[in-house]
Amino acid sequence: MIQYILRRIVIAVPTLVLISMLVFVLIDAMPGSYVDVIVAQNLADTGIPDLTDGQRKLLEFRYGIGRPIYIRWWKWFSNFVVGEMGHSVSYGHKKIVDLITERLALTVTISFCTTVFVLLVSLPIGVYSAVNQYSTTDHIVTFFGFLGLSIPNFMLALAFIVISFYWFGQVPGGLFAPQYVDAPWSIPKVLDMLSRMWIPVVVLGTAGTAGYIRVLRGNMLDELGRQYVVTARAKGLNEVQVLWKYPFRIAINPLITAAGGLLSTLLGGELIVSIVLNLPTMGPLLYVAVENHDAFLAGAMVMLLSVLLVVGYLLADILLSWVDPRVRYE
Amino acid sequence: MSEPSMSPEPVVEITGKSIGALMWLKFKRSPLAKIGLGVLIFLYVITFGSEFFAPYALYETFKEHENQPPTVPRFVDVEGRFHLRPFVYGYERHVDFQTFKVTWVLQPEQRFPLYLFVHRGEKYRLGPLPVRTNLHLFGVREGYVFLFGTDFWGRDTLSRVLYGGRISMSIGLVGVAISLVLGIIIGTASGYFAGAVDLVVQRIIEVLQSVPTLPLWILLAASLPKELNPYQRYFAIVVVLSIFGWTGLARSVRGMILANREAQYILAARNIGASTTRIMLLHLTPNIMSFLLVNVTLSIPNMIIGETSLSFLGLGIRPPMTSWGAMLKEAQNIQSMVNNPWYLIPGLFVIVAVLCFNFVGDGVRDAADPFSHR
Repeated sequence: MIQYILRRIVIAVPTLVLISMLVFVLIDAMPGSYVDVIVAQNLADTGIPDLTDGQRKLLEFRYGIGRPIYIRWWKWFSNFVVGEMGHSVSYGHKKIVDLITERLALTVTISFCTTVFVLLVSLPIGVYSAVNQYSTTDHIVTFFGFLGLSIPNFMLALAFIVISFYWFGQVPGGLFAPQYVDAPWSIPKVLDMLSRMWIPVVVLGTAGTAGYIRVLRGNMLDELGRQYVVTARAKGLNEVQVLWKYPFRIAINPLITAAGGLLSTLLGGELIVSIVLNLPTMGPLLYVAVENHDAFLAGAMVMLLSVLLVVGYLLADILLSWVDPRVRYE
Repeated sequence: MSEPSMSPEPVVEITGKSIGALMWLKFKRSPLAKIGLGVLIFLYVITFGSEFFAPYALYETFKEHENQPPTVPRFVDVEGRFHLRPFVYGYERHVDFQTFKVTWVLQPEQRFPLYLFVHRGEKYRLGPLPVRTNLHLFGVREGYVFLFGTDFWGRDTLSRVLYGGRISMSIGLVGVAISLVLGIIIGTASGYFAGAVDLVVQRIIEVLQSVPTLPLWILLAASLPKELNPYQRYFAIVVVLSIFGWTGLARSVRGMILANREAQYILAARNIGASTTRIMLLHLTPNIMSFLLVNVTLSIPNMIIGETSLSFLGLGIRPPMTSWGAMLKEAQNIQSMVNNPWYLIPGLFVIVAVLCFNFVGDGVRDAADPFSHR
């Protein structure tokens, strides 16, 4: 087991290095060079038309400007690994790490809660609709499953806003009540956040839930027809034991494999939903960064999201190898 | 499914029919797939013929009609009289200067009957035909008709939905075509040459699959050059969307090539003297035709949602072109969306289109293996 985990981790490292190259090529291609943006910023802030030669040299050395792309990449990457991501230009020259940390934590929290929501909702419904195949409930579940898969996340968020405006007379948005926005973390703040988090969680979870229900229903139907189920029944197990002890355990394996994909859609969906619902997470920050050609900020965020995703895939693999030991020896 | 189905399946004569015919028979048995296919064909016809089906042109603006709510065609007028020809009423905007609240007041004396086949506006070319006409499917001879309301600039939403739909609906097709070509070429190369090529390709695929799609799309779209013209931008966006689309296909194609490379029928074909290209196209590819078909139908909706999301963020299709997502960008301003909920109509079209593609995809998946009894 440990050997398997180590092997997976070793494979994940070159993947991340390659992703960092891809991300760097993209932020490098973004219009406007970093020093130019800084110069413009400086002009706007202080009215001084240009940086001093010393400042310019320093910046050019720090970001390897004028050197070949692989050197620039290495400067960016090696600094990134030790947590030195540079400064943002669109947020008053703040350190990127400081800008991102809390938002990243909130993004992770929302994604985690959504995953829990997806599992809690989809597992019972999926099993129920497989056991009662072609019943009215099954048809309704299938229909809503299709619908859930077909509605883009942000449309659902927009619909939520319109509905809540017409029914409750207010527009949902943000994760905190006004008095908590700038307050330090405290227990009431956390509780307040949790009471507001259900909207993004439901919005984000709908598509994933629909997908999971469909996969689980299909797997369960395949397994329910197997002979071991008949044997279990013949031995006198009651229906609940038959279901949960045998077919269910096999039917959830593909769901664990699909967890990485779920995380990918959650992270992407979270970006756009948080822009619509105005949540203090990664989405709005990435949007502003891209709008202002804040290449290093955007790059750092996409890179961190990729790390998150690769770690997610890693965890899913490890979980699967624990649930289904066969995969360790493939 | 080994459980006996509730209703006995109709007996279908399967001997002497081609695989394609069998698949079609099976596909036709699924009502949802049939409905989906019908609706999709309808959508493609009205969006690709938008010059004719839309009552107004893409950029036609109507002063004094900004943000007008949808008008409903009526048969019965305000005095209770019935008219055989449907009509709409004219509306006038009234602004309460105390609260700045806008109300639209029905003008009973402005009754505009609706006609089929109305000549109005600028002439357009009728598809590939060398005919120029200004015929529209329906419209009013005087006054205005805004079935889906108007936008902030006073442009007819229905017409823009039709023009924008052409972009949104075609991006799925073009994008999938690109993914398909990339997937088949790269997958075949990877499986056929094996060795170092295979290793590199597999690595690249692994990287592309473990990257969060939407953030990467955002970065890609943001690093597109500013000076692209609308058509170049359209193709750039399609390429951005298909960059991650081909990986799954390439993997499956490679697996299939590897599995069949040593198969006896391939050896036989080679011994007869068939060329490599011939073997690939005529003997190997048909094995995965059904798989490709399923994959293609199910990845079109992803492309449509991807385009909509990017354009919604202002990174995809931009004016002067429009698409459903670009129209929804107006709804990003929560105040104006709540006041003008018809801004969300393009979103309904996205949902319907994606839903239908999913229905069809599901039907194709079941039909892909016409001999199973699922």
